[in-house]
Amino acid sequence: MAQTVFAPWADPNEKPLIEFRNVTKRFGDFTAIDDLSLDIYAREFFALLGPSGCGKTTMMRMLAGFEAPTEGSILLSGHDIAPVPPNKRAVNMMFQSYALFPHLSVWENIAFGLKRESKDKAAIAARVDEMLKLTRLEKFARRKPHQISGGQRQRVALARSLAKAPKLLLLDEPLGALDKKLRQDTQFELMDIQEKTGTTFVIVTHDQEEAMTVASRVAVMDEGKLIQVATPAQIYEQPGSIYVADFIGEVTILEGHGEKVGDAYEFAFAEGQPRLHAKTSRDLGAAGRMYLAIRPEKVSISADKPEDTPNVLKGRILDIAYLGNISTYHVELSNGQIIKAQEANTRRLSRRSFTWEDEVWLSWTDTAAVVLER
Amino acid sequence: MRRFILIALPYLWLLLFFLIPFVIVFKISLSDLALAIPPYTPTLSWPITWEALKEFFAALDFENFTFLTTDDLYWKAYLSSLQIAVISTIITLLVGYPIAYGMAQARDEWRPTLMMLVILPFWTSFLIRVYSWMGILSQEGFLNQFLMWTGVISEPLQILNTPVAVYIGIVYTYLPFMILPIYSALEKLDGSLLEAAEDLGCSRFKAFWLVTFPLSRAGMVAGSFLVFIPALGEFVIPSLLGGSETLMIGKVLYEEFFNNRDWPVASAVAVILLLILILPIILFERNEQKQREADQ
Amino acid sequence: MRRFSWFNATSLTLGFAFLYIPMIILVVYSFNASKLVTVWAGFSTKWYGELLSNDQMLDAAWVTLQVAVISSTIATVLGTMAAYVLVRAGRFRGRTLFGGMIYAPLVMPDVILGLSLFLLMKPMFSQMGVHSIVLAHATFAMCYVSVVVSSRLVSFDRSLEEAALDLGCTPFEMFRLVTLPIIAPAVISGWLLAFTLSLDDLVIASFTTGPGATTLPMKIWSAVRLGVSPEINALSTILISIVTVGVITASLITKRAAIRQMAEERAAERA
Repeated sequence: MAQTVFAPWADPNEKPLIEFRNVTKRFGDFTAIDDLSLDIYAREFFALLGPSGCGKTTMMRMLAGFEAPTEGSILLSGHDIAPVPPNKRAVNMMFQSYALFPHLSVWENIAFGLKRESKDKAAIAARVDEMLKLTRLEKFARRKPHQISGGQRQRVALARSLAKAPKLLLLDEPLGALDKKLRQDTQFELMDIQEKTGTTFVIVTHDQEEAMTVASRVAVMDEGKLIQVATPAQIYEQPGSIYVADFIGEVTILEGHGEKVGDAYEFAFAEGQPRLHAKTSRDLGAAGRMYLAIRPEKVSISADKPEDTPNVLKGRILDIAYLGNISTYHVELSNGQIIKAQEANTRRLSRRSFTWEDEVWLSWTDTAAVVLER
Repeated sequence: MRRFILIALPYLWLLLFFLIPFVIVFKISLSDLALAIPPYTPTLSWPITWEALKEFFAALDFENFTFLTTDDLYWKAYLSSLQIAVISTIITLLVGYPIAYGMAQARDEWRPTLMMLVILPFWTSFLIRVYSWMGILSQEGFLNQFLMWTGVISEPLQILNTPVAVYIGIVYTYLPFMILPIYSALEKLDGSLLEAAEDLGCSRFKAFWLVTFPLSRAGMVAGSFLVFIPALGEFVIPSLLGGSETLMIGKVLYEEFFNNRDWPVASAVAVILLLILILPIILFERNEQKQREADQ
Repeated sequence: MRRFSWFNATSLTLGFAFLYIPMIILVVYSFNASKLVTVWAGFSTKWYGELLSNDQMLDAAWVTLQVAVISSTIATVLGTMAAYVLVRAGRFRGRTLFGGMIYAPLVMPDVILGLSLFLLMKPMFSQMGVHSIVLAHATFAMCYVSVVVSSRLVSFDRSLEEAALDLGCTPFEMFRLVTLPIIAPAVISGWLLAFTLSLDDLVIASFTTGPGATTLPMKIWSAVRLGVSPEINALSTILISIVTVGVITASLITKRAAIRQMAEERAAERA
């Protein structure tokens, strides 16, 4: 069975559903969004990821119609949406606080939007029941929002915003109010529902794990700008900048001098330390100041010096963070530089090979590290 | 458009029934008493010509204000109103604070009931509550009966129709206005602040003085203004409890209007009272504004 | 941690005794057989009988009730609009003046309000009466309503209104279907407050009244100026009982609703 990979952004013939064209948004002197352009395609599950105050919520509120761009335009299916008020947009939003109407039952909450556009009671009832079934809320239809649990409330909010079958669904930190375990289950449920309904989802989150789990593409934002837009795997494996590498997951960043040798760079980062090798498809010039980002799980740790690996460093274990399934070792080199290495804890604790102050060897392949300009 | 109507309707109503009346009061305070309908001159009548306007403005003067300074009834009334308002505000604060504090310290299940007990008098007729003291404070009233029964005094005291009765009346009727803002400030206070203060070596009293008291200041300020400002222009309390020797400006204004039918002088009295009140009212609104911003 | 000491107990006891003893004495002596209010001469309900056959009193009560119902209804509509403008309309020209006009009447002495409203309305109407009292009461009561309603609006989750717009409501539908039902308790208590203020007011009504429009406080006033009278005690007792029953009922209803809501929330989380 040959399944084509879902990647409309790679197809030049595909028309985007949403286009941000040089959008700037200012609140007084504060620039929330700074000359930003972005395309989002139909059926995508698109995540806007960034720290609080980076402008991701403003992006979403502009899509919903609660804010208007100061400059530039936003297009939905090729039409500028600036003159369309929020109540006329084929866009629905799931609010961070859920914004469930406390005086209406679950059923009435879900029917609320449908009643605005149609008088056909039977059709409304059928659609509400369909939504209740989709979100497994049939039993709670008659309850008021305060009579159900947080997780159920989250599903009501989702059902309500999906009921009108919008072209685009906006989710503002949809799982922020749930505890960790429930959040993980709900992430898969969200993906499932997105796939079933075929709706385009744009999710705003500050939780990088959540963005990586649910999204087809992630946009990392900072200070009103897009830093990188790519699939979760690309964001993690080939971060475009130190900011992205550091924001997502754990990483060790070395600063030093690089020199191009064939399709790789030779990297010198300190006196008395061996040179490192990193293959890359990027061209950062023949030589110059650059950075090397290494994910700890790509670093092997051993008692004896490994043979046949391009990158080998010697160090001493400074700290061990035991996380259950894995342990992170902070290894200090002779020049004081600390490199993080992760090992899966496949053996029982008592038989673990390394402890504090042990002299160890670190090694990684020449494709493990990423060379970055900044 | 809808937004315009929403703003305009209450706005115009307040302009017409609150702001413009003050302009009229000011204008009439510059007019003279006359035996006519309406009982003052000058008046403007249609058609308003430039000449008529000039004549109208030429006839306005500050005579009534000069009159207020010559007759010592008025400035004595202003001074004694100020004195009564200040002293009764301080007494209300001293009486109200411990009650508000006790309420804030009470157990959670008690607090709604205590709150209700403070609010209940607030909903009860003001007039009736002042009236209730007439039977208590009179010569043969309950207070004198009680004091004579305990043997503290042998002759009944004259309390009704003295300033003391006015103080009691003001403290009594305005006490809920003092308790509520202080209580709401104290109730918001995080209990762990006191524990932190004690942990850092404060005695219980010191912790109160250094933590609770400063943090309840906004409530005390709000409560004090809520007592002071209306007390200054109070009319019912001095009329019922104060007798003829207690001068308060609200009573003077009322009598000037109803007994002497001198609208211009009554207006002048009101203008001066308003000028005295403007500063406390602005300070009060500033305090409220700060509170609202802090709450958001 | 809250600490309850003998000091707190004493201040609460003395404080509430001070607040309630005068009213209790008033109520007790309304059942006194003697005309002398301070001498107990046995239990009797004759003052209530006299009160109920006093046509002037009953007329005044009827006028007062009409004024209170109409003026508090106008005040509630205007006050709710004003509150919405204060909290939601953002910045507009003259907003500071608007805020000032809302808050100033709350502390303005009655004599000034009364005099200024009289001088405004005297040339406006050929005769003053119930209608002029209604306008005067609606004006100062709307400020109280707007304070009560705006404090509810401030704590209102704005995203509820945004959600309504997002789901296709027009701004008016949003107000009718979402905002109003949620702030309804505040609007109702605003109405009750306006009603009570109108019921109690003596000074402003005295200034703005006209022939044939004597309110209950005005009637009480002319009676008590002559001294203490048992008939007024009886009337006071009736008014105090109405208020007491009203306040206790209202607080019981809110308390029960709060307890039920808490219980249901806890049950929902456990499930």
